[in-house]
Amino acid sequence: MTANDPSPNHLQLTRDGQLRHFLTLDGLDRELLTDILDTADSFIEVGERTIKKVPLLRGRTVVNLFFESSTRTRSTFELAAKRLSADVLNLDISTSATSKGESLSDTLLNLEAMASDMFVVRHSQSGAPHFIAESVTPGVAIINAGDGRHAHPTQAMLDMLTIRQHKGRFEGLKVAIVGDVLHSRVARSQIRALNVLGVDEVRVIAPGTLLPKDVESLGCTVEYDMARGMKDLDVVIMLRLQKERMEGALLPSEREFYRLYGLNQDKLALAQPDCIVMHPGPINRGVEIESAVADGPQSVILNQVTNGIAVRMAVMSMAMGGQVSERQQKQMKGAQA
Amino acid sequence: MSVAETTGGPSLKIVGGRILDGQGGERANTALLVRDGKIAALGDAASQASADETLNADGCIITPGFIDLNCNLREPGNGQKGNIASETRAAAHGGFTTVCASPETSPVNDSGAVTHLIRDVAATRSPIHVLPVGAVTRGLEGELLSDMAGLAAAGCVAVGNGARGVRNARILRRCMAYAQTFGLTVMFSPENQALAADGYAHDGLVTSRLGLLGIPEVAETTAVMEMILLAEETGARLHLSQLSCARSVEMLAEARRRGIAVTADVAMHQLLFTEEALAGFDSRFHVRPPLRGERDRKALIAGVREGVIDAIVSQHLPHDSAAKQAPLAATEPGLSTIESVLSLGLELVELNELSLSELVRALTAGPASVLGREARVAEGDVADLCLFDPEQHWTPNHTTLVSVGRHAPVTGRELPGVVRMTLAGGKVAWKQPAG
Repeated sequence: MTANDPSPNHLQLTRDGQLRHFLTLDGLDRELLTDILDTADSFIEVGERTIKKVPLLRGRTVVNLFFESSTRTRSTFELAAKRLSADVLNLDISTSATSKGESLSDTLLNLEAMASDMFVVRHSQSGAPHFIAESVTPGVAIINAGDGRHAHPTQAMLDMLTIRQHKGRFEGLKVAIVGDVLHSRVARSQIRALNVLGVDEVRVIAPGTLLPKDVESLGCTVEYDMARGMKDLDVVIMLRLQKERMEGALLPSEREFYRLYGLNQDKLALAQPDCIVMHPGPINRGVEIESAVADGPQSVILNQVTNGIAVRMAVMSMAMGGQVSERQQKQMKGAQA
Repeated sequence: MSVAETTGGPSLKIVGGRILDGQGGERANTALLVRDGKIAALGDAASQASADETLNADGCIITPGFIDLNCNLREPGNGQKGNIASETRAAAHGGFTTVCASPETSPVNDSGAVTHLIRDVAATRSPIHVLPVGAVTRGLEGELLSDMAGLAAAGCVAVGNGARGVRNARILRRCMAYAQTFGLTVMFSPENQALAADGYAHDGLVTSRLGLLGIPEVAETTAVMEMILLAEETGARLHLSQLSCARSVEMLAEARRRGIAVTADVAMHQLLFTEEALAGFDSRFHVRPPLRGERDRKALIAGVREGVIDAIVSQHLPHDSAAKQAPLAATEPGLSTIESVLSLGLELVELNELSLSELVRALTAGPASVLGREARVAEGDVADLCLFDPEQHWTPNHTTLVSVGRHAPVTGRELPGVVRMTLAGGKVAWKQPAG
């Protein structure tokens, strides 16, 4: 029983189903996800031009609000915004306002006063982009660039784009996600996306200490044994293992984790011969994956990075479109009244 | 002079309505006369008596005033979140005539001096009875025993550790043994700190989906078992505050069957809401212990119905806006609840999950017995009464709530049940404004 609508869609979709914010994949249907992938596909060629720009966000201001450092994700968001012709402001909040004691709400009020149109938010706390989306003035779009352990929806969508490019479909695929599912916002978004897009099976392969409670409820099966888990796989997605996980009695050692769950050529040979290997990066060679696999013919890790820019361009342009149409609808209503 | 000691004032006759005495008794109210702070007459004798004022209670229910075993009044300290005057007025608005004040104040109520301060302020500014609960450990730090003899002498009705845990079983055992020396009930909110760690939500389906940090059920159930065993061994009178898990109710029932002196309460919001309330990252539902699963909710209700759980409490914890204006993990736990306890209970009655008499018992006779008292509507008793209209509705929001804390569990939703009048010690503590 709840007091309000717990679905994120009242927040991130307009009344006619367009994207207004991009906070999570929860509640988004197959049609919308496919739309994002198709739009991203159409942006790939922009990156191949001599002049890599389209004017979709010309005159708009995009603020990268990173409360947690991340060079790779921030760079791809920055490039995506610039390729859409937006003005981009990068703010490393972790070392500025909030460290001086300013509340998140006050930081936002100040940034809004600078007439920003979109905030790309990375935060260490799950739900922070939801809070920001609820707090900002209507007309400002929020894109989740990773929040706590909750969601990393653009990363999941670039993974889906990569899978579709290499496999041509989602139906009939068996996909495994290996490693630290407990702490992974990427894994939660990937499991959701894979299920909505219609893969046959999503497996998670990890020791019990790195799995959330009742993880099956997310839409996956659980396998503790890597050799059994690799059987018949079409796609294997390795997750990054943070070294601090070794402390706090989650794992006995890096060496044991690599022995049991690290992806090497022997384990990869148990999957389908054309199984692709993915990793959201940055990779820890010799902890999650051996170099021969990371750099091998089945690895699509660098494709993921390239696709990241196209997916982020797609999401930013679609969310801005939704914000504009919502504002237009309101203006029309106001005019009628 | 505290409310408990007040007498006098104009006489009041209440005519009509239905009396529920909190112990299963029920009668149509021909009349009830309040004079000199007491229930002077009931029935025909009251009908025939003259009074300074007569109130028509047709359609209303008259019960003993509600008793809250867990209420945070925020004074001393934390003035921006509330104070004794504001929060006891809010309690009266909710039909409460007695609240047990949590020791989590600043400074902590771990000395007779702080207890006296609370009682002195309450005596002049509270429209209802305030019963302080002292800290069982110094500063609520869970390490050194507090001056329990001094706390008892100053008027504390029990000792507890607020919402904070006690670090280890050895200290817990000594807390119980020492409290037992003075006949003080110990009130503990059972939580194993190591298992709860940094969590702030139930470790279950929603936590897994949203990537929130969970508090597992075993953080509560292992603490419940440990406390029951220590109470059995020390002979202490143990009260388990704010249970949240089905297994806790089972263990409590088993302990009672074995004759151990243990009582318990549950917060009203635990009976209405589950972990799903956090699905939209709604910080209002960041409470401790966390809202758990539907199976737990059902078991807690069954515990109240069967009387295994003695009391429903508000667990009122008012906050200023800044405390809740942040991403979920960064918000402070707690809700401003005391004004909506009755209405949420009536929603449970409408859903046939509780009967009206079970609800009234859990708000009156149940908590009274935990304190070794009685709550009745009988001739000669102190006139602590609540008179509410179950058919009237209201909507908690910024304008209707009296508490400084405005983060009520169901802000903006129309709720059944309006308290028309609260009498504490025969005096009007709250009266619904005319019109």
